[in-house]
Amino acid sequence: MADIEIRNVYKIFGQDAKAALAMAKEGLNKSEILARSGCSVGLNNVSLTIGAGKIFVIMGLSGSGKSTLVRHINRLIEPTSGEVAFDGSNILDLDAKALRTFRMHRVSMVFQSFALMPHRTVLQNVVYGQRVRGLPKAEARDIGMKWIETVGLAGYDAKYPHQLSGGMKQRVGLARALAADTDVILMDEAFSALDPLIRADMQDQLLQLQQNLSKTIVFITHDLDEALRIGSEIAILKDGQVVQVGTPDDILERPANDYVARFVQRRQGRPEAHD
Amino acid sequence: MFPDSLNLSIRGPVNDFIQALVSGYGWVFKAISAVILKAVLYIEWILRGLPWWVVILIFMALAWQSSKRWGLTVVVGVLLFFVGVLGLWDLTMQTLALMLMATIVSVVIGVPMGIFVAKSRTVRSITLPVLDVMQTMPSFVYLIPALMLFGLGKVPAILATIIYAVPPLIRLTDLGIRQVDHEVVEAATAFGGSPNQILFGVELPLATPTIMAGLNQTIMMALSMVVVASMIGARGLGEQVLNGIQTLDVGKGLEAGIGIVILAIVLDRITQGFGKSRTEDPRNG
Repeated sequence: MADIEIRNVYKIFGQDAKAALAMAKEGLNKSEILARSGCSVGLNNVSLTIGAGKIFVIMGLSGSGKSTLVRHINRLIEPTSGEVAFDGSNILDLDAKALRTFRMHRVSMVFQSFALMPHRTVLQNVVYGQRVRGLPKAEARDIGMKWIETVGLAGYDAKYPHQLSGGMKQRVGLARALAADTDVILMDEAFSALDPLIRADMQDQLLQLQQNLSKTIVFITHDLDEALRIGSEIAILKDGQVVQVGTPDDILERPANDYVARFVQRRQGRPEAHD
Repeated sequence: MFPDSLNLSIRGPVNDFIQALVSGYGWVFKAISAVILKAVLYIEWILRGLPWWVVILIFMALAWQSSKRWGLTVVVGVLLFFVGVLGLWDLTMQTLALMLMATIVSVVIGVPMGIFVAKSRTVRSITLPVLDVMQTMPSFVYLIPALMLFGLGKVPAILATIIYAVPPLIRLTDLGIRQVDHEVVEAATAFGGSPNQILFGVELPLATPTIMAGLNQTIMMALSMVVVASMIGARGLGEQVLNGIQTLDVGKGLEAGIGIVILAIVLDRITQGFGKSRTEDPRNG
């Protein structure tokens, strides 16, 4: 079980990151900083506490920094300033080797466009995390087969990714993350590329898996419906800043500002239009 | 007229440098020369020692392995048989040995170099202009110093061939690795893959079709150097072409020319096949 704590994280993209960081800390906004220093602010003083064993959703429109933020949790992206603590210890202190061990055993990830290895079979893709750790083929195979079956792809283990549909590919992506047997799974717009019906199926499956396995899942989405459906806590991001953090009820009933309120209204407007 | 007072010649220093190299470090080049010569003679000994039909069968097997097409396999066999009929078998094997040697050394240099270029921006910005120079510099310019350093014969011919033929392999290895889907590499990283595991398990396998295209180009360019190489004493089909031209024996030149073309077609189709067989679906999984 892992508590993830993100403390005052800033991420600046561009040449003159130091100057831009100082401006961000003074409270200038994204467009002012871009105009003055030529740097783009990815994350602006983000602090979040993600409790263990729940689905935590980070929601925002494109460009809000949500994919950047999730990549800080396994250090695929290094922050310009700030801390990311896992069970109280700062992962930014890890050296290259310790970081690899951390990625192998603590966090796995599911990607928006699947990111499967096209030259490996479904089974080989699923056991990638285990094989990287050095687990022998036969043992990895047992683990892999179990998860392939769990996500409903029994019989497809010897197929290649290009032989599968989008929904099946993402099941492979999910099985790969589950087979790595980590306590945290990061899901970066994992269902955004799927059509609505398959998407709803996958959401159900995720909720069920979560009930059985009680992993910590950090789920990124741009869709408020999806966020409300699966999240036990939701953080809303805009221009690299956290606008509101709360349970689905909080978001729906007590929007922190106009921005969130507009999202909620848009959502409430939609079903009525159909009635 | 450009003013004479601004003339600056690098002739003297370069000549002195080569002279010093020859007199001071001749033994180094002799040693390198001996190793390369030994290797190429060994390859030649095998190729010329094998019965002709065994060589043809080996090539047909390679063609089948690379393409899984009967048509191509048969064509390869027939073309090589035709080379024998033209009476060029022995010369073709000599040229082939030279090609193989140049190609092997090119791969040993080119693929690691391409990986370096793909991984480091600095290496890249230094290497790419050097490759341009290697490809555009007239080959005689480096053929002569190669001759001075390594003596007459096969070795300078192989080295000149490598200088001319290795750039496409480096370029396409670089391209192939940089073309690998960023998200796939990111996924491998996210699951804790080490740089070596990612290079050998993900990047190189996915870059293989592009690298094979580079190898194909390297072999084709090496073949185009055959006649030039024969001018400094490399024997084989090129020598025959040169011979034919010098004695105004157009028929002889054409025969040898056909031999080179056939070798090119055979090697081209086989290497192309190896490139394609892995690309069942170039789109990302």
